[in-house]
Amino acid sequence: MKKTMTGHKAVAEAMRQIEPDVVAVYPITPQSEIAEYYAQYVADGIVHTELVPVESEHSAMSACVGAAAAGARVMTATASQGLALMIEIVYIAASMRLPIVMALANRALSGPINIHCDHSDAYLARDAGVVHIFAESAQEAYDWMIMAQRIAEHERVHLPVVVNLDGFTLTHSVQVVEPLPDEQVKEFVGEFKPMYPLLDVDNPSTWGPFAMPDYYFELKRAQAAAMEEVPAVFLEVQRAYRELSGRNYGGFFEGYRLEDAERAIVVMGSTAGTAKVVVDELRAKGEKVGLLKVWLWRPFPKEEIVKALSHVSKVAVLDRAFSFGGMGALYLDVTSAFVHQDQRPQFVNYIYGLGGRDTTTEQLAQVFGELKTAQPGELRYIGLRE
Amino acid sequence: MPSIKVLAQREEAQVRFTAGHSLCAGCAEPMIVRTVLNAIEDPVVVANATGCLEVATSRYPTSAWNVPWIHSAFENAAATIAGVEAAYKALKRIGKIKKRIRFVAFGGDGGTYDIGLQALSGALERGHDFLYVVLNNEAYMNTGVQRSSATPRCASATTSPAGKAIPGKPQDRKDLTEIVAAHHVPYVAQASVSHLIDLANKVERAMSYEGPKLINVLSTCPLGWRTRRDSAISMAKLAVDTCYWPLYEVVEGVYKVNYKPKEKLPIEEWLKPQGRFRHLFKSEDGKKLIAELQAAVDRHWEELLRKERCTQEA
Repeated sequence: MKKTMTGHKAVAEAMRQIEPDVVAVYPITPQSEIAEYYAQYVADGIVHTELVPVESEHSAMSACVGAAAAGARVMTATASQGLALMIEIVYIAASMRLPIVMALANRALSGPINIHCDHSDAYLARDAGVVHIFAESAQEAYDWMIMAQRIAEHERVHLPVVVNLDGFTLTHSVQVVEPLPDEQVKEFVGEFKPMYPLLDVDNPSTWGPFAMPDYYFELKRAQAAAMEEVPAVFLEVQRAYRELSGRNYGGFFEGYRLEDAERAIVVMGSTAGTAKVVVDELRAKGEKVGLLKVWLWRPFPKEEIVKALSHVSKVAVLDRAFSFGGMGALYLDVTSAFVHQDQRPQFVNYIYGLGGRDTTTEQLAQVFGELKTAQPGELRYIGLRE
Repeated sequence: MPSIKVLAQREEAQVRFTAGHSLCAGCAEPMIVRTVLNAIEDPVVVANATGCLEVATSRYPTSAWNVPWIHSAFENAAATIAGVEAAYKALKRIGKIKKRIRFVAFGGDGGTYDIGLQALSGALERGHDFLYVVLNNEAYMNTGVQRSSATPRCASATTSPAGKAIPGKPQDRKDLTEIVAAHHVPYVAQASVSHLIDLANKVERAMSYEGPKLINVLSTCPLGWRTRRDSAISMAKLAVDTCYWPLYEVVEGVYKVNYKPKEKLPIEEWLKPQGRFRHLFKSEDGKKLIAELQAAVDRHWEELLRKERCTQEA
């Protein structure tokens, strides 16, 4: 049944239906409502979850690590500075192969302090060893939370999964969302089967040992191998969810009117929705433009991206965060995917929307216009006063 | 209360902390860890902060731990064990766990007094059911004897060295035991490696309460204190007999001093064998500082006795 709700509520609903054993969470704008909704579910006794209302995000992820290693299904949520504070333990959670699912209400990192959306927080965790998925809408945020649980807990994966949703744009705006029935979600995620849980006291295991140069490298390689398993599992889970929900999830990204496009935008998150409107408008005028919206950012689906974009002549890659002193992180991902390809588009990098700066349909139409003449490899800005 | 015999029998039945670790010769930590683990009858899950104990007992692919054990980072042992305990509660609630399991965290003074204080305070306030044991050797020994907020005044540490201008650490140590007591947890105590039966009794008493418990254990570090390798027990005993490190407990707010030396030894007796205080014995200024240290010990000891009287009368 379709309902209207905020992205927060959509995420909290997915969490209620999944009903993790432990939620450890600390409030931060624009994530707090997820914690608040969940605390109410616990207070009302409609979930069996143990809520750990920690004193910091560092302790939030630390408690998640302890709980997940103990053998519990664990979820959390944060944003911006919260992720920055917990990042040390996010790396550790990934290295311990703990399937913690985290909603990240994307918000700009300080400084200056700012509460609004960009992707600098997600970019901070790019190399943490977590799976990154970006949602375009509240519906997608809901759907990805449920799919994330199965991807994270898959026996070949066992890694944390971060579901990114744009702060305020998605978290606070009211959208139409169609949740699945509770029992369908419960059946879809199934029962969590932990590996070597601490609470199996008859079979004691040592978690988080000290590894010197003689073993560290191999342990990190094993972690990378788990990440290599993600694409196949991602598609498998997506297929199952598509059958269950009837929603059109198919692939690592969504190509929108891309098949015959001559110019295209590559973007992650809610801006893809704005870009679709622009693509439709320009297509109506006869311009062959398209969009590639990235769902799975880590691991990055480079071969599939090459297949999807190699026929396009000009591509604008939009990054919602700086990588100071270099090009945008998504731009580097996309362009490096093409480095050994003879047939490749010309790429331009745009930095956009920092600190919640709006990105309008007019501006994205301008990007498509500029692509005709822009120098390949150029770094440009959208909506910046210079 | 567990006797040595009972502790030994339990260890014979199940060795929880095995030999083969690489803690230094003369280190007090393994004695404390074995005593704590043997003093608990139920199955135990251990969380360990980064530090000497952690690196010396978990070098991959080996482990000295015959109980479930987790190390995550330096500052988060309390938050980590809080997560384990939360998982236990949730899984017990839905019948997936049947056994009674107890939870213990070990952290050094650096990982507890300094970088882990916030996580500890949070876990205490939230009321998780666990025992936190501080292996207090009064400096960052694992990284090379840097000063911590548990380092005593005037001790020479590598980041508060005794020099021509400054005679070792200028600041007094933090009183963590009292900070924990101020959280109004059911049980908090100070113990010493020199009094292992007292420690075992404290662990047993602590575990009879539900909620957060902490025992701050003085743990001689011959390397960092610059004492003889066979001095772990004798040095810790001097700390107790000089009343520098009183053995006491606060049980539901009531203080009890567990040991009152018949003859309170002068602080020099504890300072003198330690290389980290050697500079104090080489100058007139040093003598003044020793007198100040003595005055501080006397003041704190009297204060503790007053607290005992007040809370017991009440």
